Amino acid sequence: MTVVCDFNVLRPETGVAALLPDGSQVAVFLTADGSLHALDNIDPFSGAAVLSRGIVGDRGGVPVVVSPVYKQAFELATGKCLDEPAVSVAVHPVRVRDGVVELT
Amino acid sequence: MTQTLVVIGNGMVGHRLVEILRDSSWRIVVFGEESRPAYDRVALSSYVDTWNSADLELTPLSGCELRLGEKAVSVDRERRVVTGASGVEVQYDALVLATGSVPFVPPVPGRDLPGCHVYRTIDDLDDIRATVQAADRPGRHSGMVLGGGLLGLEAANALRGMGVSPHVVELAPRLMPIQVDEGGAGLLKRLVEKLDLTVHTGTSASSIERDGSRLIAKLASGVELDLDVVVFSAGIRPRTDLDLGLELGPRGGYLVDAACRTADPHVFAIGECAAVEGVAYGLVAPGYAMAEVVADQLHGGAKTFPGADLSTKLKLLGVDVASFGDAHAQTEGALEVVVNNAVAGTYSKLVVSDDAKTLLGGVLVGDASAYPSLRPLVGKEVPAALLQPGGAVDVEMPADAQVCSCHAVTKQTITDAIQSGVACDVAELKACTKAGTGCGSCVPMLKKLLTDCGVEQSKALCEHFTYSRAELFEIVRATRVTTFTALVEKHGTGRGCDICKPAVASILASLNNGHILGEAQAPLQDTNDRFLANLQRNGTYSVVPRIPGGEITPEKLIVIGEVARDFGLYTKITGGQRIDLFGATVDQLPEIWRRLVDAGFESGHAYGKALRTVKSCVGTTWCRYGVQDSVGLAIELELRYRGLRSPHKLKSAVSGCARECAEARGKDFGVIATENGWNLYVGGNGGFTPRHADLLVSDVDTETLIKVIDRFLMFYIRTADRLQRTSAWLEGLDGGLDHLREVIVDDKLGICDELEAAMAAHVHDYADEWRGVLEDPEKLARFTSFVNAPGTPDPTISFRAERGQRVPVQLGIPEVVR
Repeated sequence: MTVVCDFNVLRPETGVAALLPDGSQVAVFLTADGSLHALDNIDPFSGAAVLSRGIVGDRGGVPVVVSPVYKQAFELATGKCLDEPAVSVAVHPVRVRDGVVELT
Repeated sequence: MTQTLVVIGNGMVGHRLVEILRDSSWRIVVFGEESRPAYDRVALSSYVDTWNSADLELTPLSGCELRLGEKAVSVDRERRVVTGASGVEVQYDALVLATGSVPFVPPVPGRDLPGCHVYRTIDDLDDIRATVQAADRPGRHSGMVLGGGLLGLEAANALRGMGVSPHVVELAPRLMPIQVDEGGAGLLKRLVEKLDLTVHTGTSASSIERDGSRLIAKLASGVELDLDVVVFSAGIRPRTDLDLGLELGPRGGYLVDAACRTADPHVFAIGECAAVEGVAYGLVAPGYAMAEVVADQLHGGAKTFPGADLSTKLKLLGVDVASFGDAHAQTEGALEVVVNNAVAGTYSKLVVSDDAKTLLGGVLVGDASAYPSLRPLVGKEVPAALLQPGGAVDVEMPADAQVCSCHAVTKQTITDAIQSGVACDVAELKACTKAGTGCGSCVPMLKKLLTDCGVEQSKALCEHFTYSRAELFEIVRATRVTTFTALVEKHGTGRGCDICKPAVASILASLNNGHILGEAQAPLQDTNDRFLANLQRNGTYSVVPRIPGGEITPEKLIVIGEVARDFGLYTKITGGQRIDLFGATVDQLPEIWRRLVDAGFESGHAYGKALRTVKSCVGTTWCRYGVQDSVGLAIELELRYRGLRSPHKLKSAVSGCARECAEARGKDFGVIATENGWNLYVGGNGGFTPRHADLLVSDVDTETLIKVIDRFLMFYIRTADRLQRTSAWLEGLDGGLDHLREVIVDDKLGICDELEAAMAAHVHDYADEWRGVLEDPEKLARFTSFVNAPGTPDPTISFRAERGQRVPVQLGIPEVVR
């Protein structure tokens, strides 16, 4: 279990990055409807750890984050890349407990 | 074996031929009498705007041997050898004569006196200018143009540009007798006389005499004119002084057949020096058609000259004039439909067949906007609606109708390109069909064809808004919405995306809605705007402090050096006369900027769709050739427009003289100093599609200049598409540069006060974005790599050394299966 931050630090339709004990990184997003999503922070197309800095929005109603490097969209719920269906990023379980966001 | 083609003449038509053939197997040798590269003679009168001949130059030729300043003096057809003035001999397999024409000078006594000129070349204009400058008349100078045709009015326009009041003398009873009928010419005369021209028709000069420093011209009508300069532009004659022993046409010109071949199968003639089946043409479009014919013949084709469309549309002295088909109703039984509106200053005449079924031709003066729809209908059935007063010109055009007469492109060719998906907008149509790249008068028709084909891209910004960026701008402006959420709820669908969010954020910023990282705005911003720095490939950012005009003190240079050294940043000088510092992590950005802001720097907006930099040369302060203080103006402009958010980035430059060291004509707005003030150029670009900026206003003072730039930028910001640079915006603007001038110089739409007020508000509200972040703990808190481990560096970022600096280690891209 890794503590990310207080829930009230998050802003709707944005992401933050968290560092895991093993040195890997997770991007945590809060969407406008109040749901939380966590994906690998590394953008598979550039190798840069930047997905948390992408713009959050929707494609055809599906909530996505768009990589700030080459602009591919990743589905927040599944990590699937909508522009290249063969590519995806890992999804991490995330929850809020006592007002604190945690990766489990 | 490689065959050799010799082209004699480096004018527009010769140039076109070489352009078509340069990638072929022919070795090409060009003899050009003038020592300068080929230039756009059609636009000759615009030379007086800048006196910079480079502005008129055609695309430089490669892949051929260009012998400039080498007049071809003789041709030995037996040996197939051309001899140049220097004695050089070149053997040919094919010879193309493209010697053009010479001005016709009527045999008026005194025509050879100093101060009398012809109007044909750049050198002629330089000579005319020298005469005008030497004249010692108080107030405006006085000139006479002999010839009131197209060329004569062009010459009169050039004289006006030199501060001369011209008298135009035309032998025929009206101006432009070849193109325009009596009614149209009457209006044309009235309109040009408002522009300081005096028109004398139905008369000619009977003598010219010198009287001290003046020239006195006596007209047959008895009028005597006191002049500083005389310009002959009474027509042209085919130039055939190079005698090949070949037959000439009945009215001059090397006689050629429909394949543009003379009696000697190795020799062709094209352009104004050719008499195709006996007829010589004095327009560039038929010359281009002949070049196409010869290029085809040289490749073994059988193309022949299709005949010429002598239709013309031009803006003479700001007056639209168009003439097409049988403009003078010479067809037997032809009927005329004339609408002459003296109040509005417009005249239109349609010529139809005796049964009123077929359109034969027409004349338009004052407003020629119907020309692109009407001209292709010549010879076709005329829609009945056209013959009603005020009849609509929105009519269906047959497939074989020629839309672009400069490049002979039919409607069919264009619709094929659209329907096959090759071209989806005007720019692509221009690239793949060449339509619209000549005089440009058919561009509105290209747009219409795109719409008619139904494949014109939807104006919708993205899936969340059906509106274009320009429409959204107006919605935001009118409704004073201040958040994306409110806008998308009321005028869009869904939650937004990486297209509409930054676009709306930019609109909100253009309308002065506070700091771009304010609570509601921050999530909309693309990563560059979100972190006020430029994202690089390894996830680090680069930092560009503003250095207005490229001027910087040694102390500030030292600060930049120290910051770069202390944070281990890679430094590089940018193309915009600034310094880029690379390799900063998100956590470092505030620390770097605190040092920079303390030293007096502010954001350079290198990350934003905003004004980047205003480059400058050193100008009068140091340069021996400078005529204005270019650095001072560049700094003033950069400080005025810094932080201005726009549909795309904005670049600018100021040059202190016509040598143009700041490369202002490659910028969105560029300023070049003149002896009398400033010339403003707009719509320039480097990048994918380089484009020289167009001259918008000339010789204006600084106050006027800034006023026009204010209006230009605000008009662009309001009406451009998302990520559309000023060059593409201007290319796509209905009515083009003329329309732009009408709106922002002549204030035709009455919006200039509003545009200026919007800019004044921007200037008033400007605040440095980085200072705004440093002073606000909320905003500062976002500059952390890890929300759960502030200050811990991102472990994926590492550097290696290259040429004494730190550069990123290439990131391994984890198994992307494709």
